[in-house]
Amino acid sequence: MRRSKIKVVRWISIAYVEFIRGTPLLAQVYLVYVGLPMLTQLNIPDFTTGAIALTIHASAYISETMRSGIEAVPYGQSEAARSLGMNSRRTMLDIILPQAFKNILPALGNQFIGNIKDSSLVSVIGIAELMYETTTVRGTTALGLEPIIVCSLIYLVLTLTLTRLLTFIERRLKSSDHR
Amino acid sequence: MITVKHLYKSFKSHEVLNDINCTIHDGEVIVIIGPSGSGKSTLLRCLNLLETPTRGSIIIDEQDITNQKVNIDQVREKMGMVFQQFNLFPHKTVIKNICHAPIRVKKMKRGDAEQLGMDLLSKVGLRDKKDVYPITLSGGQQQRIAIARALAMQPTAMLFDEPTSALDPEMVSEVLAVIKDLAKEGMTMVIVTHEMGFAKEVGDRILFMDGGQIVEENTPEELFHHPQHARTQNFLSKILH
Repeated sequence: MRRSKIKVVRWISIAYVEFIRGTPLLAQVYLVYVGLPMLTQLNIPDFTTGAIALTIHASAYISETMRSGIEAVPYGQSEAARSLGMNSRRTMLDIILPQAFKNILPALGNQFIGNIKDSSLVSVIGIAELMYETTTVRGTTALGLEPIIVCSLIYLVLTLTLTRLLTFIERRLKSSDHR
Repeated sequence: MITVKHLYKSFKSHEVLNDINCTIHDGEVIVIIGPSGSGKSTLLRCLNLLETPTRGSIIIDEQDITNQKVNIDQVREKMGMVFQQFNLFPHKTVIKNICHAPIRVKKMKRGDAEQLGMDLLSKVGLRDKKDVYPITLSGGQQQRIAIARALAMQPTAMLFDEPTSALDPEMVSEVLAVIKDLAKEGMTMVIVTHEMGFAKEVGDRILFMDGGQIVEENTPEELFHHPQHARTQNFLSKILH
């Protein structure tokens, strides 16, 4: 959207990205938690609230990553596709996006790992996720360190699995890079 | 037939094309020469609207393609273009580079497209490279594939934008040979090049451009041996030793 030819669309997307990047996730979580029910007059479950907050946050970052990926594809690629009679949509789907996706995969991996870890923040609004449960366990067992170590290990397993998966995809996409 | 009438193009306040008029007949090979920044490439890119002219008209087979209502994608289907930087699609194998547009744009059957692709690969002498990725190929080979890719749309005219300028010297001739073959087959072509020997050999008519204008146009013999304008003489004296 930031690449849009329509000014208003571009402005909205710039404002959105700048706001999300410029404010702490914790504040955004509270903002959605308190603000969304007031705006919609609906009783939204906590889990949904948390998911919405994380989605809004991540999408701003991902949109910037995608923009950089698209802009990193040489302009000649799009010219070559258009000169073959492909329309702009076809060019984007068949020629630009596959190359852009390959460009941004490492950055996207970082983003996903960050998302998993950021999800610990929604414990503040009382969602029973990993961090919340850890605190509960610490409270009931009076153990200081152990639950946190266990919790961290679980996060590590989650992120390591994701990293492996991404490395695998990256290697497959690189097949056209080898001489 | 392509007719260019009073074509102007400026980037911001910089005027690149200044009242261009020319006609390209079917089956004719036009070679555009001239110093850097003279507007050669811009003129070529205007012919398939990769650049939008500021003013003037380009009439291809009685259709003015500068008209907003014209479907430019359809115009481009019939006009192949070959770039200085090849611009092959790096994520597709050679045969897919060639067949993609015929299948997706012309809705050609995959089998037919691949048959056509193989014929074109034979024509450019790279039949055995069908399944490799572009990065494994030399510049000369990539450019020959790019020519095959443009031909796969079965265009009625071909535009070449300095097709050999990014090549190592020993690869220039293999690409020029392919273009010469096309000329013999009667393909309508507009070629921007700095290869003067090639221009002389392949061109039916040479346009000499400078400062956004066509300064002189003539047959190769006349233009190279008896240039009329001072600017043409000056240019040729610098490049022909």
